[in-house]
Amino acid sequence: MYTYTEFDAAFVAERNRQFRAQVARRVDGSLTEDEFKPLRLMNGLYLQLHAYMLRVAIPYGTLNARQMRQLAMIAERWDKGYGHFTTRQNIQFNWPELADVPDILDALGEVQMHAIQTSGNTIRNVTADHFAGAAADEVADPRPIAELIRQWSTDHPEFQFLPRKFKVAVTGSPMDRAVTLAHDIGLRIVRRDGQIGYQVLVGGGLGRTPMIGKVLHDFLPEEDLLPYIEAVVSVWNTIGRRDNKFKARIKITVHEHGIDDIRARVDARYALIRPQFTGIDQQMLGAIRNDFAAPVFRVAPADNYGAVRAADPVFRAWADTNLSEHRAPGYSIVSISLKAHGETPGDASADQMRVMADLAERFGHDELRISHEQNVILPHVHQSDLPAVHAALRAARLATANIGLISDIIACPGMDYCALATARSIPIAQEIATRFDALKLEHEIGEMKIKISGCINACGHHHVGHIGILGLDRAGVENYQITIGGDGGPDAQLGDRTGPGFSADDIVPAIEAIMQAYLAHRTDASETFLATYRRLGMNPFKTALYGEAEAAKAARRKAEAYVAA
Amino acid sequence: MPREFTPKVVTANTLLKGDVVYLAADDSWTPHLALADILTDEADADLRVLDAQARAAEVVGVYLADMTPTASGPEPTHFREDFRRTGPSNYFHGKQADPS
Ligand code: HEM
Ligand code: SF4
Repeated sequence: MYTYTEFDAAFVAERNRQFRAQVARRVDGSLTEDEFKPLRLMNGLYLQLHAYMLRVAIPYGTLNARQMRQLAMIAERWDKGYGHFTTRQNIQFNWPELADVPDILDALGEVQMHAIQTSGNTIRNVTADHFAGAAADEVADPRPIAELIRQWSTDHPEFQFLPRKFKVAVTGSPMDRAVTLAHDIGLRIVRRDGQIGYQVLVGGGLGRTPMIGKVLHDFLPEEDLLPYIEAVVSVWNTIGRRDNKFKARIKITVHEHGIDDIRARVDARYALIRPQFTGIDQQMLGAIRNDFAAPVFRVAPADNYGAVRAADPVFRAWADTNLSEHRAPGYSIVSISLKAHGETPGDASADQMRVMADLAERFGHDELRISHEQNVILPHVHQSDLPAVHAALRAARLATANIGLISDIIACPGMDYCALATARSIPIAQEIATRFDALKLEHEIGEMKIKISGCINACGHHHVGHIGILGLDRAGVENYQITIGGDGGPDAQLGDRTGPGFSADDIVPAIEAIMQAYLAHRTDASETFLATYRRLGMNPFKTALYGEAEAAKAARRKAEAYVAA
Repeated sequence: MPREFTPKVVTANTLLKGDVVYLAADDSWTPHLALADILTDEADADLRVLDAQARAAEVVGVYLADMTPTASGPEPTHFREDFRRTGPSNYFHGKQADPS
């Protein structure tokens, strides 16, 4: 793992000193709220519905046991004993008091963490594949380049006042577990003729105008990557729209100018700035890469794994659902579900954080990851340790065997916490999970990603959910719009709206109707929901949701559109 | 005819803790919506919110929220204010857990 240099530590400490003084001046009245707000946002501190909220960066979702324990300590000492892990691989504390935040930031600094650029119109926390450095299907570990981008972007003087927030995601696997097509810049490490390079995607994003990213460069050599993305951000910083907040993202710039015009501008800018990159970034990258050297994997028999699997059906169900293939023989990647049926997706209590930290230390080479799906990963566990890991997780209510299933729901905080929300997300997720657990249909349904956002900002990724749920406010009443067919994988796609939304009482039955239609129409258990939708289209699901009349209308519209085209 | 004025309360979050509070008749801040002063006159409401906004050392994000007057005090017309009054619905530890 990357360890802070003296420079990094001094930088964060100095920044925290400044913020402590700013908080003091706000409290003694020498700063107005208007003056203070941008300063607090620069340090990840929001004001939400019921309290302040502090967003802490977990760069590319990687942390160690000591850091996880410190998050637990913060949750207990300065919050209400839990934290919320988000789709951006951050953690949010929902109840800090203003005067405590400088102490919290110092406590984070002690373990090389901070909240810088977790808000504001800057380059935000760089996210990456949560199986980085472990997955069997990985071309290369995306974290060294993510760390280089973090160092380059943190306090980058040119990029502190961008038109809008800017999000970068990196994947080192063709399976793309980082949703790179829904980011301002998505980077995919690819191998061509034995050479490692980068496919650069630009202009993806969710929110009110969701768009799938476009290929800006198909194969960029590694030594050119940093100047190239500097050119991209620089071009957008110059021509990006500042006249309208909703049009200020790079996806709109790409859409309005066209990808070819953007490419030409980026190339011109790149030609200008390339000589300024004298290779120091590559030296830094080399040093960073050493920090991310893989642990020394143990070579040991894993006989007991097979024996416990055969003997214990609960363990077997968990192993079948929550483990992924590791690149080292005898090892597995463990996904710890933060989605126990009926619990708040993404929340972990301080005690649970400590359990996960202990397991990482004892059985996991001291590594943890946060996934954008709001779960926690132990990337390197030897199979002989899996029964012990499972037993410890079970005791902490962390052994729910539902990764990738219908109750493994992404849900943003919604109206339970978020000041921007138009409806709640969390209770809907809780009810869906509880309902399908009661129906015992989860495993029968198989792969199913439900994602819920409490407003059009789409923090819960609903556009790329197999089923997306968007909470809206219809004349002062919560209303939920459904999309289906979205996908956040390597060929990411936006979902299609089914039709009119549903009330809070009707949304769970609506999801159930969709599932019944899927089960009735799939060819067999091997055809996933997504595949069934792609084969059959909207009609059977529309019929299930709204009855025959609506479905007939939709079919007619489709036929008319076909004739018109 | 002048349009009907929806009764309102002045609400905000406290500066230090971020807690939801309401302006009471005596101009103190109360965490209990039931104790909030319900404003039925538009001019009065405008003045009270301006005064409250000037109290930047105590509160942030001051605004007027629509309410329906009832025998037991103001009742929110919108569910957002209902959540602000009670706390999040996934845990029992916002205001609902506060015995005072
Ligand atoms: C303080 C709470 C939050 C606020 C005020 C907030 C605000 C926003 C806003 C305004 C946008 C739209 C940006 C745009 O398109 O220009 C957005 C997008 C987004 N937020 Fe949040 N958000 C919050 C919490 C979260 C949480 C908890 C998550 C993760 C669960 C999250 C992840 C995202 C993601 C992934 C997007 C996606 C879209 C994109 O940039 O293309 N946010 N958020
Ligand atoms: S989607 Fe809306 S409600 Fe949910 S966290 Fe984002 S801004 Fe808040």
